[in-house]
Amino acid sequence: MGVRNLALPAMDISNALAKSFLALCVGILCLALVACGGSDRPADVAAKNGILLMGNGAEPMSLDPHLVTGVPENKIISALIEGLIAYHPTDDDEPEPGVAEAWEHNKDYSVWRFRLRDNARWTNGDPVTAGDFVYSWQRMLSPALGSQYAEMLYVIRNAEAFHQGRIRDFGQVGVKALDDRTLEVTLAGSTPHFLPMLKHYSFYPVNPRAVEQHGGMTERQNRWSTVENYVGNGPFRLAQWTTNQIIRVEKNPQYWDADRVRLNEIHFFPIENVNSEETAFRAGRLHVTNTVSPDRIPTYRQSMADQLRIDPYLGTYFLRLNVNRAPFNDPRVREALNLAVDRQLIVDRVAQGGQRPASGFVPAGLDEYEPMDRVRFNPERARQLLAEAGFPGGRGFPRKEILINTSEAHRKIAEAVQAMWREHLGIDVGIYNQEWKVYLDSQSNLDYDIARAGWIGDYPHPMTFLEIFTTGNGNNDTGWSNPRYDALIRQAQAGSPEDRLRLLREAETILMTELPVVPLYWYTRTYLLDPRVQGWNPTLLDNRPYKYVSFG
Amino acid sequence: MLKFVALRFAQGILVLLAIYALTFFLVAMTPGSPFSGERAIRPEVLAQIEAYYGYDKPFFERLWTSLSNAVQGEFGPSAVYANRSVTDIIGEAFPVSLRLGLVSLLVALLIGVPTGILAAVKRNTTLDYVPMSVAMVGICLPTFVMGPLLALVFGLMLNLLPVSGWYGPRYMVLPAATLGLYYAAYFARLTRGGMLEMLNQDFVRTARAKGVPEATIVWKHCLKGGLIPAITFLGPAVAGIISGSFVVETIFQIPGLGQWFVRGALNRDDFLILGLTVLFAALIVLMNLLADIAHVALNPRLKYE
Repeated sequence: MGVRNLALPAMDISNALAKSFLALCVGILCLALVACGGSDRPADVAAKNGILLMGNGAEPMSLDPHLVTGVPENKIISALIEGLIAYHPTDDDEPEPGVAEAWEHNKDYSVWRFRLRDNARWTNGDPVTAGDFVYSWQRMLSPALGSQYAEMLYVIRNAEAFHQGRIRDFGQVGVKALDDRTLEVTLAGSTPHFLPMLKHYSFYPVNPRAVEQHGGMTERQNRWSTVENYVGNGPFRLAQWTTNQIIRVEKNPQYWDADRVRLNEIHFFPIENVNSEETAFRAGRLHVTNTVSPDRIPTYRQSMADQLRIDPYLGTYFLRLNVNRAPFNDPRVREALNLAVDRQLIVDRVAQGGQRPASGFVPAGLDEYEPMDRVRFNPERARQLLAEAGFPGGRGFPRKEILINTSEAHRKIAEAVQAMWREHLGIDVGIYNQEWKVYLDSQSNLDYDIARAGWIGDYPHPMTFLEIFTTGNGNNDTGWSNPRYDALIRQAQAGSPEDRLRLLREAETILMTELPVVPLYWYTRTYLLDPRVQGWNPTLLDNRPYKYVSFG
Repeated sequence: MLKFVALRFAQGILVLLAIYALTFFLVAMTPGSPFSGERAIRPEVLAQIEAYYGYDKPFFERLWTSLSNAVQGEFGPSAVYANRSVTDIIGEAFPVSLRLGLVSLLVALLIGVPTGILAAVKRNTTLDYVPMSVAMVGICLPTFVMGPLLALVFGLMLNLLPVSGWYGPRYMVLPAATLGLYYAAYFARLTRGGMLEMLNQDFVRTARAKGVPEATIVWKHCLKGGLIPAITFLGPAVAGIISGSFVVETIFQIPGLGQWFVRGALNRDDFLILGLTVLFAALIVLMNLLADIAHVALNPRLKYE
């Protein structure tokens, strides 16, 4: 007590010091906040200057069109490089002249000739020649490069043999530069839908001089595609690449159609976290997002519907059934599982993204191929089938598990399916999740009972959906094998255009009768879009021709 | 002291080597490959790629090659990001993380330590209870709650600060606050405890009896000892800021190492994981060494040993 009394005057000074210290802190904080005061939202400033701010979902693994496999990469590369055929503003099936200004084909669609325009230029000044395409496709098919999409070029005669090392001379592969402006392509068979395939980045050209200068044709670590060295021929050119931060492309004045390009720049932001991206959009830092979380969709529908976009997308969300494990080897069980799922309910209440319930495997939206209507919700028939298979009322049905990759959205859908099977069939399935890479391994090793899966089409034709279920196909992953199905697919690959669609129809009928999969819905792309952006049309493959985009 | 530093340095090198080997082993054991994707890859193509990156060699040969390269500073290419090497990636991202980490640490120290001292000196008054309660809340709120909350209030509601990106000093405020405030809370409570312990010592009572001014007692006599718990905590704090940066960088979209670390692990990018693990381990070893030196400097009863 006495000690404290003695110390009293000193404590007053201490008090004063303490109080002034606090006051100083608060003062500095206020000053800082005021100085950092709010300003014009970046989205508004950018819109005025013709700059598009785009959320791109992930840092691109590379901008070399021959080494990438993902969507975020494609979004950027398609601004920097243009192939023979460009993206059409509204229809992913329609060919739009790109580097090729005209084309012709022979009667059975197996030989194509492209005339290249004479004002197509690379950003380093070189003209774009037919020889560039020969070089690029050789690079793509060179086994030493290890390109994962080389398969797309197998439509070309002898491409598969060259890629697998059976022939060494690329001169035998069906692509020739007849002169600088004429490219002749000989295909392995009749391929009427060759033109939309050419829009895929695996067919894009690269500048031979740049590639050779920085490492050579088959060097994977070639530095031609870094920001300092990048050479492209598209509507935009690469201006800045700050990893994990921003990729900036600006209008390319050397592009042959530069007059029609309305945007001045595009800024791509690799924001991976879907919530961070939405925050950025709401804070006015983005004009368009890569995606939107499903549980936000109802809110946006209600109050900000003009910012929400739901576009049909060529893909199917489905469950794989491991037919090597009983009772999934019994087609009646597989059909029962299919018939007991109320897909409309899932789409309306769980996925909530305006998707379409899948009644077949190949999605709706293709011009010449109507989707099948074979899978419906029919619980009585499902119960009947299950009883016939030996599990009346679900009794005796072994406990199985649904495998998902870790994601809340997938879990909710799996839970819905689980509940439906319990209610309508009386069977009990569990759900377990695995991290992405482990999940991929489990599927390819057939180490699962039921697995959640998705498949996106590479080009607008049912073949890209149906060819994966042939016996032993790397993307089959169900263990299902049907020789008649395999034969039909093989015939379709070689047949005439009319035959092809008929054969594929027959094949899909087999697939939808045997049902090694449970198709759930056909995808949509859901994302947020600033209403000021014009020319942003929905396309089936989400290919975005940036040269038609502008601010209204 | 030099002997002490040299010894610790040597120990540090051994620790790093052990960490490298252990990480290499763990990564090799983890299921999944950097080259798998939703689309199956043809076996020939996979074989080609694996040969390029050296995956086809036996385990110990790979370990030896990779270790000898690492010692020379060459961590290899990224298996997933085709035209980038691990050194490139670290070179680009490390300065960002370093800056963020230092500013966060500064925030933590500059807010936490004075608050702790104040609370100790003003013990059992409002100036003690309020900051300590706030500190308790700060410790309980994880960064992935604090971050979006701050973003919501200051970014969206008040529109005062940017919520994503890294283009200038303003962009540092919210992320550094998120990381820093969490550790400020710890530093505050630790400093308060340390100061209280010092203020209760006999020599303080003697000093007061002799009429020494309170301010002198606090700042000249007690501070050094009072800071000891905080200094000791510096090592774990740095480790925590480094790992906390993974979350903060994701929330605020900052191009730092944390994101690369997570991505490398998820993509099974072996060389990247190894390079980053060694880097973080080296940082923590260094910080612990510095903290130990500071500890001895502050506490005359300790000696280097």
